[in-house]
Parts: sequence; structure tokens; C-alpha cells
Amino acid sequence: MQGGNTTMAQAQSEIRYLTPLSVDTKKKKYCRFKRSGIKYIDYKDPEFLKKFLNEQGKILPRRITGTSLKFQRRVARAVKRARHLALLPYVTDLMK
Amino acid sequence: MYNYETVFILTPVLSEPQMKEAVEKFKTVLTDNGATIENEELWGMRKLAYPIQKKTTGFYAFLEFAGEPTIVNKLETAYRRDEKVIRFLTFRQEKFAHEYALKRRSLKKNAAKAEETPAEEAPQAEVKEETNE
Repeated sequence: MQGGNTTMAQAQSEIRYLTPLSVDTKKKKYCRFKRSGIKYIDYKDPEFLKKFLNEQGKILPRRITGTSLKFQRRVARAVKRARHLALLPYVTDLMK
Repeated sequence: MYNYETVFILTPVLSEPQMKEAVEKFKTVLTDNGATIENEELWGMRKLAYPIQKKTTGFYAFLEFAGEPTIVNKLETAYRRDEKVIRFLTFRQEKFAHEYALKRRSLKKNAAKAEETPAEEAPQAEVKEETNE
């Protein structure tokens, strides 16, 4: 009986071990501005800026978008300019 | 001399000539104070993302100019004094913004040129489509 239990436990632990492995192989986040060589983020293009907002129109954190700090600041500035000019809403529900 | 860009929103209650007049007024404010206007774009009527002064649409105008820093205050005073302007934004273009603006302008010029040439062909294409039907 005991021998049977240990094999079961081993099998389970193997299964548990397999799932984190697939997590490890997920894509690394990258800064899209660095990769594509964009230097200036335009506030005049609200459709593009929507990629960095959640459904309520809040700016997404870097840990989700993968943007580098330098460009996160520029994204934030562009979004704020667009909001001031009523190109983007300050608060909303179900943006997309 | 620095490069600046400014956007302002006019109330939608104005008629077409009144809007042109208002835009011209701000352009003369700039030129009178020694600025040179580099680019002018009228984006036209647009829906606002949220109501401003109980209005849901607005007429957007965009200007790029080069001038001394003191001009910004004069321009913004003119905006504030004018009831027709419901929102405005003025800022200095830093290096990358200016590069982007130059690129954008040249792209626009090319697009305008491209539109001019196929514009002659376009009506013919439409006629063809009609005959097919």
C-alpha cells in the first residue's frame, strides 16, 4: 500500500513540476518603442494610445505592457495631453 | 527661437466663416509677435470624449510655429479672453517631437500630392463601376 502511495505522489509531483516549466517558456516582455525605434509618442493618435489604457481609461502599469521606464513616462505624457484635449476620456466604462 | 505647437477647440455653435475668422485671429496674434507659422491643420468637427461646457462636439485647429518663449503667454491670454475657445494646449516641441513633426508634415505633403494625381483617375473609375451595374 505504502509503495503504491509513493508512486502516486511522485506522479503528482511530476505533473506539478511540468506546469511551471511551461510558464518559464512564456514570451519575455519587451518595450515596443525600443524595439521598433519610435522616439516620440504622439498625443494626436488616440487609437494608438488606447493600447496603454484599461477599460476604465486608466494608464496600464509597465509590468503589464512591458514598456521601459523612459517610454512609460512619454506614454503617460501623451495620454494626459490627449485627455486634456478630449481625444481620450478621463473616466469611462467599456472603452473598446 | 523655439518650435512650438498648439491645439485649440472652438465651440461648435459657430458658422464656417466665423471659425475661419477665429483661426485667422490667432494666426495674426502669432505673426504680430514675431513668430513664423510653420504648419496649419484644421481637423474639423470632432466628437469630444467627454462634454466640455455642455458641448459634445468641437472644432479642432492645430498650429505649429517658431518664436520666442514670451509668445506663449500672449497666445494663451488671447485664448482665455476669447469665449469661442473652449480648450487649448500649447507646448514646446523637444528634439524628438520636432523630428516627428517634420516627418509628419512631409508625409502629409506627399499624401496631398498622391491625392491630386489619382483624383483625376478616380471619377473615371466610378463611372466604370456604374456601367458595370
